[in-house]
Amino acid sequence: MSSFAWSNDIVRKLLIANRGEIACRIIRSAQALGISTVAIYSEADRDSLHAQMADEAIAVGPAQPTLSYLNMQRILEAALESGADAVHPGYGFLSENAAFAEAVIQHGLIWVGPAPETIRQMGDKQTARGTAAKADVPVVRGSVRFKIGELAGVEAAAEKVGFPLLIKAAAGGGGIGMRQADGPDGLAALVASVQAAAEKSFGNGDVYLERYLPKARHVEIQVFGLGDGRAVHLFDRDCSLQRRFQKVIEEAPAPNLASRVRDRMCEAALSLCRETNYAGAGTVEFIVDAESFEFFFLEMNTRIQVEHPITEMITGVDLVAMQLKLAAGGTGVTIPHTLETEGCAIECRLYAENPAKSFFPSPGRLTIFRLPEPLPGLRVDTGYREGDMVTPFYDPLVAKIIAHGKTRAAAVQTAISALENLTVEGIKTNRSFLLACLRDESFVAADLHTRFLDMHKTRLLAAAEEIERSQT
Amino acid sequence: MAKIDVSSEMTGSIWKILVQVGQDVEEGDTLILIEAMKMEIPVAASDSGKVCEILVAEGDMVADGDVVVRLEQ
Repeated sequence: MSSFAWSNDIVRKLLIANRGEIACRIIRSAQALGISTVAIYSEADRDSLHAQMADEAIAVGPAQPTLSYLNMQRILEAALESGADAVHPGYGFLSENAAFAEAVIQHGLIWVGPAPETIRQMGDKQTARGTAAKADVPVVRGSVRFKIGELAGVEAAAEKVGFPLLIKAAAGGGGIGMRQADGPDGLAALVASVQAAAEKSFGNGDVYLERYLPKARHVEIQVFGLGDGRAVHLFDRDCSLQRRFQKVIEEAPAPNLASRVRDRMCEAALSLCRETNYAGAGTVEFIVDAESFEFFFLEMNTRIQVEHPITEMITGVDLVAMQLKLAAGGTGVTIPHTLETEGCAIECRLYAENPAKSFFPSPGRLTIFRLPEPLPGLRVDTGYREGDMVTPFYDPLVAKIIAHGKTRAAAVQTAISALENLTVEGIKTNRSFLLACLRDESFVAADLHTRFLDMHKTRLLAAAEEIERSQT
Repeated sequence: MAKIDVSSEMTGSIWKILVQVGQDVEEGDTLILIEAMKMEIPVAASDSGKVCEILVAEGDMVADGDVVVRLEQ
């Protein structure tokens, strides 16, 4: 072993409490650091790539997430049985579950993430708004919370917030349990339905109302904190292209964003990290008015983010390795005063879904799944191989096509080439829709906003259909 | 009386059954919600009629094309 190699005797074995591409991606960084890995898998994932890549793999239960990847007791047992020193939660599942983080720590294991108090503080979206305001981070106008079944005063609160507004689950995330209301008609019923959905998804039916900016961009800042008030930002990502409030295409840095706005957003994100003594990787999400460039805090995600690779591409930093080094005591975590970025990066999320049919999911077997040939600046993160099943139990993400170039146009061109050379059969995917987006004139002009996909849907779907036709 | 089969267009699990046997429904009414890939997918009545049979229970797995509800006109 060369004297420059990093080594540690604190995290020798890591359990990854996740599946799919993010589990594979975490395993790769752990292996590069000489940390042995333990995967967990559900019955549906018995033969999956992440279970095969890890040094050990432990079955944790049936296919349904609540019985496997959300089964805290069983995952803890697996961690203890395997002799793991640390648990990396990935994103989704238990990654923002403070009770799970606490249980991991109570069992003498290291939690690869921020302190449970921080997760709790940021996990309740409304408490997070309060914390942000305390750190002098601008927050968007919102209401008090309405507990499940509690609808008194909703109309008056809505009047104060102003229409259009969003009804949001206090415990929510990932776009689940979020609805838009354009006027007072049917508001109470809409609030009640979000309360019911939130209760089901998060075990907490509390909702609140929030002002909705008609033309807004979703821009987020990647941060990394040392847990003692010191933190660094790793610049911004634009994630405005969303359907059902879920991201489809992300890019770094955000195009057409004045550097003075970017600087203020990065400073605001750091201020929040200092306020919370943030530890590890996190993302501070903002909405930015596409005309005035006013920005408001939306929420903080206390975990690694799906779209973290585009930040890695422009900064050269391995965020997962940073997380693991910090978890192992912090040696080797270098936080430069000024990080530089190089070029632009874009991520396209290949989903198992049918754009022509309201983007409905399309589970099934990947009878053919051929990734594009390697290209300079291209990275593909996936948890699937040809012949694998994309089951209906988990999210529809099949692969992330990540492209880096000297300019935005160059990165987009690489992404286009990669998508053109990607073959998927057996399930429907949004491949052609992604290509249609990348070639769309408004996208090329970087006229990005959160309603982009909705507003240009007809044009994009027609273009996607044209692409499909030309290939058969 | 004509019977109409309403089938799921989606592989997933039955999240909620919104109708009862004997209930009258209109074309387009949501009968059942299916959960697949973290999404709720409605199964809508393909025609108007009376629900005469519900072939699934909440929590069941269904495949694309499985009949979930029978209507009679």
